[in-house]
Amino acid sequence: MADEIATEEATEEASTETRQTLEIQPSSTPTESLDNLVVRFAGDSGDGMQLAGNRFTDASALFGNDLATLPSFPAEIRAPAGTLPGVSSFQVQIADYDILTAGDQPDCLVAMNPAALMKNLKDLRPGGTLIVNTDTFDERNLDKAGYETNPLDDDSLDGYKVIKAPMDELTKEAVKDTGVSGRNVLRSKNFFALGLMAWLFHRPTEPTTEWVRKKFASKPEVANANIESFKAGYNFGITTEATRTTFEVKPAALPPGTYTNINGNTALAWGLIAASRKSGLPLFYGTYPITPASDILHELSRRKNFGVRTFQAEDEIAGVGSTIGAAFAGNLAVTGSSGPGIALKSEAISLAFMLELPMIVINVQRGGPSTGLPTKPEQSDLLFSLYGRHGESPLPVLSIASPSEAFMMAIEAVRIAVKYMTPVILLSDNYVANGSEPWKLPDVDEIAEIPVEFAKYPNGPDGTFLPYMRNIDTFARPWAIPGTPGLEHRIGGLEKEAISGNVSYDPANHQLMTDTRAWKVANIANDIPLLEVDGDEDADILVLGWGSTFGSIRAAARRARQSGIPVATAHLNYLNPLPKNLGEVLRSHDKVLIPELNTGQLLKVIRAEFLLDAVGLNKVSGEPFRVTEISEKISEMAQ
Amino acid sequence: MTAPSYTRKDFQTDQEVRWCPGCGDYTILASVQQFLAGLGRSREEFVFISGIGCSSRFPYYMNTYGMHSIHGRAPAIASGVAATRPDLSVWVITGDGDGLSIGGNHLIHALRRNVNLKILLFNNQIYGLTKGQYSPTSEVGKSTKSSPFGSIDYPFNPVSLALGAEASFVARTVDMDRNHTQMVLKSAYEHKGAAFVEIYQNCNVFNDKAFIQVTGKEERVHNRVDLEQGKPVVFDEGAKAVVMRGGEAVVVDSSSVDPKAILVHDETRENPSVAYALSRLSHGPYGPTPLGIFRRVARSTYDAEINAQMEGARNDMGDGDVSQLIRSHGTWEVKGPSPNGG
Ligand code: SF4
Repeated sequence: MADEIATEEATEEASTETRQTLEIQPSSTPTESLDNLVVRFAGDSGDGMQLAGNRFTDASALFGNDLATLPSFPAEIRAPAGTLPGVSSFQVQIADYDILTAGDQPDCLVAMNPAALMKNLKDLRPGGTLIVNTDTFDERNLDKAGYETNPLDDDSLDGYKVIKAPMDELTKEAVKDTGVSGRNVLRSKNFFALGLMAWLFHRPTEPTTEWVRKKFASKPEVANANIESFKAGYNFGITTEATRTTFEVKPAALPPGTYTNINGNTALAWGLIAASRKSGLPLFYGTYPITPASDILHELSRRKNFGVRTFQAEDEIAGVGSTIGAAFAGNLAVTGSSGPGIALKSEAISLAFMLELPMIVINVQRGGPSTGLPTKPEQSDLLFSLYGRHGESPLPVLSIASPSEAFMMAIEAVRIAVKYMTPVILLSDNYVANGSEPWKLPDVDEIAEIPVEFAKYPNGPDGTFLPYMRNIDTFARPWAIPGTPGLEHRIGGLEKEAISGNVSYDPANHQLMTDTRAWKVANIANDIPLLEVDGDEDADILVLGWGSTFGSIRAAARRARQSGIPVATAHLNYLNPLPKNLGEVLRSHDKVLIPELNTGQLLKVIRAEFLLDAVGLNKVSGEPFRVTEISEKISEMAQ
Repeated sequence: MTAPSYTRKDFQTDQEVRWCPGCGDYTILASVQQFLAGLGRSREEFVFISGIGCSSRFPYYMNTYGMHSIHGRAPAIASGVAATRPDLSVWVITGDGDGLSIGGNHLIHALRRNVNLKILLFNNQIYGLTKGQYSPTSEVGKSTKSSPFGSIDYPFNPVSLALGAEASFVARTVDMDRNHTQMVLKSAYEHKGAAFVEIYQNCNVFNDKAFIQVTGKEERVHNRVDLEQGKPVVFDEGAKAVVMRGGEAVVVDSSSVDPKAILVHDETRENPSVAYALSRLSHGPYGPTPLGIFRRVARSTYDAEINAQMEGARNDMGDGDVSQLIRSHGTWEVKGPSPNGG
């Protein structure tokens, strides 16, 4: 996503006539224009809140808002209904300018039951709008959520604009002629909530109804129930005049182009497919299901018509093992997992490093250690990615800052892997993987080809083949794939003699090979972009980040600037090797702040590498940074 | 193109073979090289992948493509080769420690999936490379460096295990019998899918004569049970026979039964029960022990299936187009450059 300065406030003339309002009469309620809006849908995990959030998001995307999302779901697939651990939520920020995060505090909260209210109310902005499904506020549910008295009856919600809707009742009424029955009736209530939200925030309705028709094409009664329920929610807003004002957020002035709304896992999968096309190498994805990386497997397994082979292995080790085999055999070989799975792959990754075979290792980080917080974002695998292998085994480590970057970073990782004949670690995290934002589509034809040349002929004297004879520029060894006549050779985990690749226990050779492998990776610094500095270049304070903190950092810097504090920011996509100018960038500012969702891992690297007194801002609560947390730290450092 | 003509030498490398003198691995290496030379198939189409252990040095001595990988993982690595390259002949060299202990999981899953791999498991019933600890096939009570009071681990029967893991081809042979080894290799090679071959391999340093009952001049006469397709299962110069009783394979005196009651070996039986019963005749090379092919049934291979799905998808949906793919979730246009003009 482009990170331009925020545009001027929305112009009143901006057209909204494309907005569809079903067959509903126009509302007479006055409309207020907002430049941004944060809403959160919260309910039981069976209430379909992710779906409602995604529909609200897509409608906003197609309307032309900039946006960013933050889904949050329980680690348990089916936590007991009505309980706090069972609450699932979806937050989205939409704006008429280029926003950077899913927002700190919701302006509007939908609470489908008491547990959702209990868990989320503390985040709602004072004076914000609260929509509750009153039908679920019975004694049992109140009790499960830990309420002693019904918050709808006492004064605890006085500070908010509360819209009370008996959603169960009205949904039942709305779907009664559609043919759905039994448990399916109440399944549509998320669409009631969505309809009400569509009215309240002037969202176009067409994208939602169209989506429902397509999605449930084979079950027309379900499609109708959802649409009826959606309309009922919309009409409930009009007829009850649920609020005195409705709100609208005009389209954002994003750079011109064609956009789609994308999450990181899907974009990453598509990037791998594009890299396969650009390199001419068939894509092989060897993996084992794990949250939050599995969606990459799901997406790739649907794309067999792109020549993609997915291998759901018996375990994480076999996932990476099959990937090594596929790389040896001449594929674009990729494995993916999250922290615990990467730990299991560690031995094999060292083998791949020793074999000097090109492959990609994706780590979609989550809260750790161990099973940790499987559905929450954290950046705590940085040091593990840099150093978490036995022996001296430095690998290139790249990281993705936001969903819209995932596609190109996947291609970049492949470029480096095949050019330098090395495994590459590509870091994502739960926030990037599941969060979504508008992505300006690239022109696929303009993406550079990834040149790959398999060895064809012997490269040694007397027609011999020397598998560790290196390219003079890249130090890459030749990629000679089985089936090539005359290049039969053996590789393995034992130390190899330089050039010949034969097993060698010679002390000087081990030193040479260790140095060579390290040098090969370090040299990639000459082939990656310099680090760019954003904002006030001569500011005293530089905020340095990596990964999914990108949006929070940029937004915090904006806020600091608005309050008169000059700030520069820089974001690392390359964690190893580091950009060549990083030292220079760091030294041109008096103070360096490094916010991370870990206990200070990049901080350690920067301090060790540059002997610099950088300051950390660290958080491991399983949540992304709030913009205010970073902007307050910046103000404090500016004193 | 005419088939290349090779001798055993063409499959040898210039690397010094480093097994202990007298090790059964030498014999197996010679058998494999000789067998491959006789096939007349181009050398570059063979890939040998091993894990860790004495046997796993094997690829270094084969003038083909090869990889000496990490402990236990060879079947997984080889699966990545075989699934993507049906044009190659992919072999896994493993041992009882490598294949049944640390790598047991990969072995059973490669068999279940019927990945087109020829898996040669050199069973010497000991850890050789780490200098003599008991292995998952060592007999109970075995005294080794790590079991000075005798091993208390109940051993695997590799053939039973492979049959239980849905292997479509299961055989057993012994290092010293090069003709038998090559006969088994040939069947394994011709089999489409995963072929599991247990090879009794003598470790003369840490577990000498473990297989004496099927290799010793005297002993083998009484104990070696040769399974031959379509023939009655008899041994001990015809004196003993195998019959099925209540689902079990039982050894009887040939003279005590109607010849028609003697089990006729059929490796192509779809149901593996009889093959399994045969594998239970002995739980290790003690007493009457069958050698030969236990099971050989046709089943679609993993690489055939994965490639068929790919081709099917291409036929149904057309070759993928990345530009269309990235537009598949719906798009909108932003027209510039005026702010909020979208
Ligand atoms: S230790 Fe045993 S198995 Fe290993 S090489 Fe020596 S004799 Fe062969």
